[in-house]
Amino acid sequence: MSGRRVVITGLEVLAPGGVGTEAFWSLLSEGRTATRGITFFDPSPFRSRVAAEIDFDPDAHGLSPQESRRMDRAGQFAVVAARGALADSGLDLSGLPPHRTGVTVGTAVGATTGLDEEYRVVSDGGRLNLVDHTYAVPHLYNHFVPSSFAAEVAWAVGAEGANAVVSTGCTSGIDSIGYAVELIREGSADTMVAGATDAPISPITMACFDAIRATTPRHDEPERASRPFDGTRNGFVLGEGSAFFVLEELESARRRGARIYAEIAGYATRSNAYHMTGLRPDGAEMAEAIRVALDEAQLAPERIDYVNAHGSGTKQNDRHETAAFKKSLGSHAYATPVSSIKSMVGHSLGAIGAIEIAASTLAMTHHVVPPTANLHEPDPECDLDYVPLTAREHTTDAVLTVGSGFGGFQSAMVLARPERTAA
Amino acid sequence: MTASVVVTGLGVVAPNGLGADDYWAATRVGKSGIGRLSRFDPSQYPSRLAGEIHGFRAEEFLPNRLMPQTDRMTRLALVAADWALEDAGVRPQELPAFDMGVVTSSASGGFEFGQRELERLWSQGSEYVSAYQSFAWFYAVNSGQISIRHGMKGPSGVVVSDQAGGLDSVAQARRQVRKGTPLVVSGAVDASLCPWGWVAQQTSGRLSTGDDPARAYLPFDARAAGHVPGEGGALVILEREDLARARGAKVYGRIAGYGATFDPKPGSGRPPALGKAIELALADAGVDAADVDVVFADGAAVPDLDRAEADALNEVFGARRVPVTVPKTMTGALYSGAGALDLATVFLAMEEGLVPPTVNVEPADEYGLDLVVGQPRTTEVRTALVLARGQGGFNSALVARSAD
Amino acid sequence: MAHKEFTLDDLRRILIEAAGADEAVNLDGDILDTDFESLNYESLALLETGGRIEREYGISLDETTLSITHTPRSLIETVNGALAALV
Repeated sequence: MSGRRVVITGLEVLAPGGVGTEAFWSLLSEGRTATRGITFFDPSPFRSRVAAEIDFDPDAHGLSPQESRRMDRAGQFAVVAARGALADSGLDLSGLPPHRTGVTVGTAVGATTGLDEEYRVVSDGGRLNLVDHTYAVPHLYNHFVPSSFAAEVAWAVGAEGANAVVSTGCTSGIDSIGYAVELIREGSADTMVAGATDAPISPITMACFDAIRATTPRHDEPERASRPFDGTRNGFVLGEGSAFFVLEELESARRRGARIYAEIAGYATRSNAYHMTGLRPDGAEMAEAIRVALDEAQLAPERIDYVNAHGSGTKQNDRHETAAFKKSLGSHAYATPVSSIKSMVGHSLGAIGAIEIAASTLAMTHHVVPPTANLHEPDPECDLDYVPLTAREHTTDAVLTVGSGFGGFQSAMVLARPERTAA
Repeated sequence: MTASVVVTGLGVVAPNGLGADDYWAATRVGKSGIGRLSRFDPSQYPSRLAGEIHGFRAEEFLPNRLMPQTDRMTRLALVAADWALEDAGVRPQELPAFDMGVVTSSASGGFEFGQRELERLWSQGSEYVSAYQSFAWFYAVNSGQISIRHGMKGPSGVVVSDQAGGLDSVAQARRQVRKGTPLVVSGAVDASLCPWGWVAQQTSGRLSTGDDPARAYLPFDARAAGHVPGEGGALVILEREDLARARGAKVYGRIAGYGATFDPKPGSGRPPALGKAIELALADAGVDAADVDVVFADGAAVPDLDRAEADALNEVFGARRVPVTVPKTMTGALYSGAGALDLATVFLAMEEGLVPPTVNVEPADEYGLDLVVGQPRTTEVRTALVLARGQGGFNSALVARSAD
Repeated sequence: MAHKEFTLDDLRRILIEAAGADEAVNLDGDILDTDFESLNYESLALLETGGRIEREYGISLDETTLSITHTPRSLIETVNGALAALV
């Protein structure tokens, strides 16, 4: 643990079931679900008609009319979450050199919802191949390049340091935070406003997941549609949301008397080099990412008190990561609680990794492990302790959170208390 | 932690040349690849010129099984990665899988694939959308497909920061090499020259609307009125220097320094931050401004942006103290591919001792730059600075140095 | 009313459109009883193929029909069974 260490000093979550960290934690700790029949558009042509939607009013969250107009919904989430995280940290960035504060934003699909809407207009409902630029909105370029999200966040918080979107499919959230951690550790930044966002609930996204039968068709009981590790699960529930964090170098956070939620003690990402959407059942590459993240954190597997799983609720994922936990944690995989909050807030693609880091952080704050909702009859091949149905009081000082994404990305992050001892 | 990181292979896909050899043969003599768009009829659009790659037949290079699931930018990236590995003399199947990673950038993803699927969705119905739409257009697809093709299981990633992304990806790849991964494929390719991508690009407010390829993209010229977009880029092989030397690899040069900043919000009254990025990159490389032999500029060809870039350069180097060039006047601005291609060009320039020209430009005195125009300039290139900026305020600066 | 017949040639055409063909596999050969995995098609390729068959023939295919352990013969039979049921 030599060198610069990175801690979380502020966070904010926008997730289905209620905007804000407090509403998010109530949902998780009460084991409620926020999945429902799609209301954003007519879902009747689709195989999967359920999603985890946020009731979000940009005005009520301080976005100006101009900000709302020029930003895709995912960008709006990011700005609101980043501002919230900064407020939560109590940090006054104006007192710091602006180029020492950076921004990273994870997103898997960027402004796909805005692009879907604008495409419909310029193509006149798909009729024109030579789409008509005279109907293009002035901010279409912001949708074209999702880096506009990172620009908006930097403007919102006044950051002039390194700034980027990190886009690695469904591990974007973990990898965005991981990228930010590396910048602070190497000395390129002292503070990072880092998080992730996605708002993919649009016809084009529903259609492409329909085509690969990745999302669940269980629309007769939408509130029970997301059921990771259950024997009856048959796909994930698409979600949306954002979580942002203020990350600081440990010593400077201590000097200013900041509230320290957790240290980001270890991070690694590996690729399965196998298939864009498929997973090898042995989980070897995720296991390797976990092993390296633990090693970086200087923690033995037995020190992990809670595993926040990817737990998307597809059969191949649930088995893949169960195998990865056994391979990397050994017998401790059976002893530690493992749960998937996607059972409650759905799968918000690139955002969910950051939202899960927030859940992991709050589990440490409250010493409560969120449950896997809707888990009644586990898949026999998934034989770990998945904390079914109800949250559990549990001493939680170190958490492992993982993600798995299209493209073959497998990422792992370890959160711990900074005052821990090694090994 | 501070292991030296070198480039050992180049894979170039550019409008004025496919492959590093063809590209350099064109670029060193100022041969442009900009012309009227041919992929579709651009008559109805404000901008009609582009840097298109002609004569690229992906099926000659890639397995047939990959064709239905790949956008043009991915095909170009896969071929560029193949060429870069071949150039580096690396056979990935013979190396430990976890010792190789892939970090690329993409500004806008596979837009052409996306347009086709959106068209199917809205004109025919959701059941007509391809299964491959779940990944073929997204920003991570090039890193994913390259890692799969070559069995690379090490740390991979994708950085998106508009035109700054090509350099940012190389910097992130360098971090991974320093953290212990011996080899990382990095760089970027973008290719959004479809009608839907074209219309999105029109709204940047930065595109040239001229019809004469020789007058359309004129950075640092009094006639500057926007840039011409293009497609392509470069992928490069990064390795830890001691390991590359140990295997007897040809070493093009080192990735010596990097700095990135973001401009303050417009209207804040604070100064732009490109100069700071340059200072950070020079400090990271441990070189003085006087050591820099050439600058590959961003060259937006938008007067305010040209002014900001010239001011930053003159503040660091002094007016007319360092040769500056913009070879992208021959390719168009390649979005994330731009910084990566400029980096590859730097190494080709080092190899020959020749700075390629900025074509068609008559430098305006007011910028105070020693712009290499008209003819290439023969000069030893040992240290080069590459600049790339992304819309919104992204500034990235990278210092490359020769390794002998 | 006579229903459309789904033949091996139809399957070959749709497979190639949907997923291409491996250079090492001769799709024109006797492939009726070779499983899809051996023809180098994975589940994603079969989902894309199945989607195209569903659209072109106006039928609905169960996900289990599109397993890589199945053969062209079994898929053709399933499709023709579904077509017969439409009449």
